[in-house]
Amino acid sequence: MSELEKALHEIAIRHLGARKIEGLKRLSGGASQETWSFSVETDQGAERLILRRVPRGGGNSSGTAAGLETEAKLIQLAAAAHVPVPIVRYVACPEDGLGSCFIMSHIDGEALGAKIVRSHEFDEIRPALARQCGEALGRLHAIAPDKLPPLRHSPAAEELKHYESVYDAHGHPHPVFDLAFRWLEDHLPTTERLKLVHGDFRNGNIMFDPTFGVAAVLDWELAHTGDPMEDLGWICVNSWRFGSIDKPVGGFGRREDMFAGYEAVSGIKVDPERVKFWEVLGTLKWGIMCTTMYEAFKSGMDRSVERAAIGRRSSETEIDLLYLIAAD
Amino acid sequence: MQDLPTANEIISVVSEFLREQILPELEGRKKFHALVAANALDIVVRELDKAPTDNSAEHKRLTTLLGSDGTLEDLNKELSDALRSGRLTLETEGLKEHLWTTTLAKLSVDQPKYSAFKKAQQEGRT
Repeated sequence: MSELEKALHEIAIRHLGARKIEGLKRLSGGASQETWSFSVETDQGAERLILRRVPRGGGNSSGTAAGLETEAKLIQLAAAAHVPVPIVRYVACPEDGLGSCFIMSHIDGEALGAKIVRSHEFDEIRPALARQCGEALGRLHAIAPDKLPPLRHSPAAEELKHYESVYDAHGHPHPVFDLAFRWLEDHLPTTERLKLVHGDFRNGNIMFDPTFGVAAVLDWELAHTGDPMEDLGWICVNSWRFGSIDKPVGGFGRREDMFAGYEAVSGIKVDPERVKFWEVLGTLKWGIMCTTMYEAFKSGMDRSVERAAIGRRSSETEIDLLYLIAAD
Repeated sequence: MQDLPTANEIISVVSEFLREQILPELEGRKKFHALVAANALDIVVRELDKAPTDNSAEHKRLTTLLGSDGTLEDLNKELSDALRSGRLTLETEGLKEHLWTTTLAKLSVDQPKYSAFKKAQQEGRT
């Protein structure tokens, strides 16, 4: 039995009313964060669970991640606000010897973006998904800011400044990026209603069920406070439409439907121009992230072909930016 | 002058080898990375084909737009600075066309299957 398995076994007996754990399997994750699946056997039967973990000594290198305790707290707040999320079953303390981690329920469904966009299984529910995403965001943004754990605050001007410095440090010229920076500076939203922003709300981070739609909003690690319209813009970035370019919301739906769902739940009128600002910034952000991943290859930190080749995907965001700000 | 095969022929045949003989033997992460590797070689094949013509056309457009001369990288840096400062804008004669032409040329090498590139082709922008 591995150390992780032993520690999990202890937790399952003490806190989850389980007799034993089974089928511990690593799902994904980079160097700093791990996701594991396992199941427990209790008197009520078997239950499938997910472990999110930052091993001891591990940590976030980008400076943007919220931390796992914060992530767990946000998922609990979201659940209370009726946003579909997994149920947090246990948040580990240092005595558990597992590093920073929490355990949540396993949610059935599909999170692979390309499948949501193309699989016939989703044909019937697909037209309803954009509205449901709007509803989930409307509820998420309604969480009272004074209930939130301490979070990075990143309004539009801060986000812009951050990515400008990352791009400048990269040093290789992308004139279309400079055009976009200028456009964003000229269209900077003025007043900001400070809200919880999920920060990575896109097709790929949402679990969908083929019969009823949105099953859970996942991946809360980039949550912060800022302009809530950021989340509505990010899910429209073409990079996560999986080839379905004419369906702006995640490659599966229409902006109008997402806005209608958002407005119905929140009572807040969506300003499409403000959402567009965030779609442009989101597209630019992904382009710059591609160059950052190439940097990781160049520095020798990650010598994989994938890291090297992704640098050549920044041009995808350049054409998307031209369509957004220089189409006619 | 090197002898035959050309660089293009060598890379093409290595890519073909990866796709047809190695990929079917692999699974999981390794299969994915081998596919990424073959795709990366295909970028190089297209670049060897297109870059000489595309780059010299880009250079020519840049010298006209900027009224100065230098390496392709120097000129692109100058264009970047001019766009960020607002000295050149989308209203500048020939600027928008230059950005579209240059970006489409990059995509035709990097990701000719990308949805927005295919859309641009359908709209006759290429």
